[in-house]
Amino acid sequence: MTRRFATSGAPHVIAGYSVPRVMYAVLFALLPLVVVQVVLYGPGVLLQLAVAGPVALACEALALALRGRDSRPFLRDGSVLVTAALLAVAIPPLLPWWITGLGTAVAVLLGKHAYGGLGYNPFNPAMVGYAVLLVSFPVAMTRWPLPLDAGGSPWDAYTGATALDALRTGLGQRYTMEEIFRGDAFGSLGGAGAQWTGLAALAGGLYLLARRVVRWHIPAGVLAGIAVPAVVMHALDPGAHASAIFHLFSGATFLCAFFIATDPVSAATSHRGRLIYGAGIGTVTWTIRTWGGYPDGVAFAVLLMNLAAPLIDRYTVPRIHGRE
Amino acid sequence: MARPRRFPAGLELPPFKSGPMGRPILAAAAPSLATLALDQGNGIAAQPVVVVGDRVRVGSLVARSEGDFGVDVHATVAGTVRSLEVRPVPGAAATSPCLVIENDWTDDREDASTPLDWQATTPADLLARIRSAGIAGLGGAAFATHAKLEAARDAKVSHLVLNGAECEPWICCDDALMRERAADVVLGARVMQRVVDAERVTIAIEDDKPEAITAVEAALAATDHHGLALAVVPAVFPAGAERQLLASVTGIEVPGDAWPPAVGLLCQNVGTAAAVARVVTSGEPLTRRIVTVTGSAIAAPANVEARLGTPIADLIEACGGYRGEPLRLIAGGSMTGRALPSDDAPVTQALNCVVVATAADLAVHGSEMPCIRCGDCASVCPAGLLPQSLLRAVASADAQGLVRLGLADCIECGCCDYVCPSRIPLTARFVAARRERRLRLDQERRAARARERYAGHERRLAAGAEAERREFEEARRRARGDGQS
Repeated sequence: MTRRFATSGAPHVIAGYSVPRVMYAVLFALLPLVVVQVVLYGPGVLLQLAVAGPVALACEALALALRGRDSRPFLRDGSVLVTAALLAVAIPPLLPWWITGLGTAVAVLLGKHAYGGLGYNPFNPAMVGYAVLLVSFPVAMTRWPLPLDAGGSPWDAYTGATALDALRTGLGQRYTMEEIFRGDAFGSLGGAGAQWTGLAALAGGLYLLARRVVRWHIPAGVLAGIAVPAVVMHALDPGAHASAIFHLFSGATFLCAFFIATDPVSAATSHRGRLIYGAGIGTVTWTIRTWGGYPDGVAFAVLLMNLAAPLIDRYTVPRIHGRE
Repeated sequence: MARPRRFPAGLELPPFKSGPMGRPILAAAAPSLATLALDQGNGIAAQPVVVVGDRVRVGSLVARSEGDFGVDVHATVAGTVRSLEVRPVPGAAATSPCLVIENDWTDDREDASTPLDWQATTPADLLARIRSAGIAGLGGAAFATHAKLEAARDAKVSHLVLNGAECEPWICCDDALMRERAADVVLGARVMQRVVDAERVTIAIEDDKPEAITAVEAALAATDHHGLALAVVPAVFPAGAERQLLASVTGIEVPGDAWPPAVGLLCQNVGTAAAVARVVTSGEPLTRRIVTVTGSAIAAPANVEARLGTPIADLIEACGGYRGEPLRLIAGGSMTGRALPSDDAPVTQALNCVVVATAADLAVHGSEMPCIRCGDCASVCPAGLLPQSLLRAVASADAQGLVRLGLADCIECGCCDYVCPSRIPLTARFVAARRERRLRLDQERRAARARERYAGHERRLAAGAEAERREFEEARRRARGDGQS
């Protein structure tokens, strides 16, 4: 007797990877950073997460409803939570809650859904939110509490300049490097506080690399893009330029390299393209820190290179097997 | 041993080959009805030379090939031709005209032509013998072997590579063949070497088949091998894809719009080589092949040697029948195989493996998410493509982009689907896009031809009208002349 079978297209087996697996791995990798932030600056970051997460989910649901899409798979995929978490760890822990909520809404609605939602956003949504907040609330957005290693206490709300800020101001006021680096804002590696959050982000990043959620190209590009100009300029003029170590362990360098710049949707496509894309982010970040109007340039560097990604893609199509 | 280079990327997949490899090759019983496919998958069906009711013997020619790429078909059982009908078949063509022959169980054979002293036979005669034996590539593509050899001979290829990589999960008929009949493989290699006059012959085997490697090494040592060598390639899917294997073994990449003879190479499957060897040792046409019958829904998986035309159901019966809950019947392996609608499809030259899969063996696409451009597909693509960019070009019908990004270079291996976290059926999209493109080009060609024909028609009409007018004038002039006279 003939037995009948259902048919389907090849391949008949897939690895079973999924978008949620990628997104939740990123969230998991952020844990060390969150813990270190709590230790250094107090539980503020937890409040920010508690505001950004639900606001992001609500905005996602709203946008999907307005667009007439089934919201269940997208609310579960974790991508909007990654956007929320990245924004929450990037902003100062004591930022008023409504500013955080506003930034999250801008990130999800304007940064993501205005362009078609998951997979279609040309800009990194978290950085869209961050940039809008930075230009709208410049004072609040640069007011970080004193970290533990700079004499702060997690339960006080004393704020102070960050290392990058202090360096800019100091150089502007014609202090010498030595005098500037004697300040409270500086640690042994980079910025006080920032050096520890940097190490935590590095740990999370290495986890993502090990699980192959993130490939090495973009992080390597970003770190090299910051370190190379820093090394050169520091060698040429140590009085006006901080060392590469300082740049790596200040601001959001590692967070940017492993978590922000690595958003695949808004990055370049090929491996070579991603190296160039990362290097561009690093170099622009270093440039903004050195000569620009903002203490840290990560958000603008990422958005600028998002703009450049299609151009990079155009010129970095890898060689097809068998072609010249 | 030659040191293999690696082609870009690929996947390390679980092999699922231990079941059939634990047993020797089984011989399947002859079927009571043999269904012989006349189209081996390239759309060129051989023309029957028998009619319904004719009596045929094993090895009788029943259909003659058409054109340069056709393949002769011979009866694989003795008996009576019952019907000529279109039936679903495994392989590239979903259906094919088939001759159905009812076995009378006499097993009469065509008078066996004598074995051949192949070293004393001219290459042209060898080629003719291979052609009349009706051999198509047994690696799965079923391309006419004589046509490939002839092209290689004309192109004066220098290097023949025998494909024993067998990289796809589940499939192990070539492994079994090399272990048990390595001498046939080596003999076939030497015959083909003589046909195409290649300086070098390399038998390429994946490094996860140590017994096959040992057997082939021994067979090579037993011959006075002229330029024959063994190459061990890493067990990475798709190491056995033609272009990828040639790149690994020779370091030469075959352009996507050319075929191996154009760059001085020829690739043949080890099973095809063994079939060629049988032609010279027995003088008989190809009537059987080895098929891996496996999958979690098969009671006793094995490699089965079966006559062409045997229903797949018979092979499954020979392997203890079904067990558990069979969900899919796949002709080929799990990555590139085609799901068949029923088990009455016959064994063809293209059928290297039957996987009867349960739910546990399968992981199908299911809920598709948007592409997040993670680039994992590009990291595994053995053709060096950017599947995510290609997908965008397909979605936006960007014809130029499709050419630039190499839609034509896709080898449809399925690696991109395998790793895609958004579970997008990329390969199916690319296959559809290619078909659409082919159809459109075809249509354009036809439209151009129709335009030409119409223009010619108009020209002829105009010329005709002109002639008619002239004739009319002439007649009037004459009539007037007559009136005047």
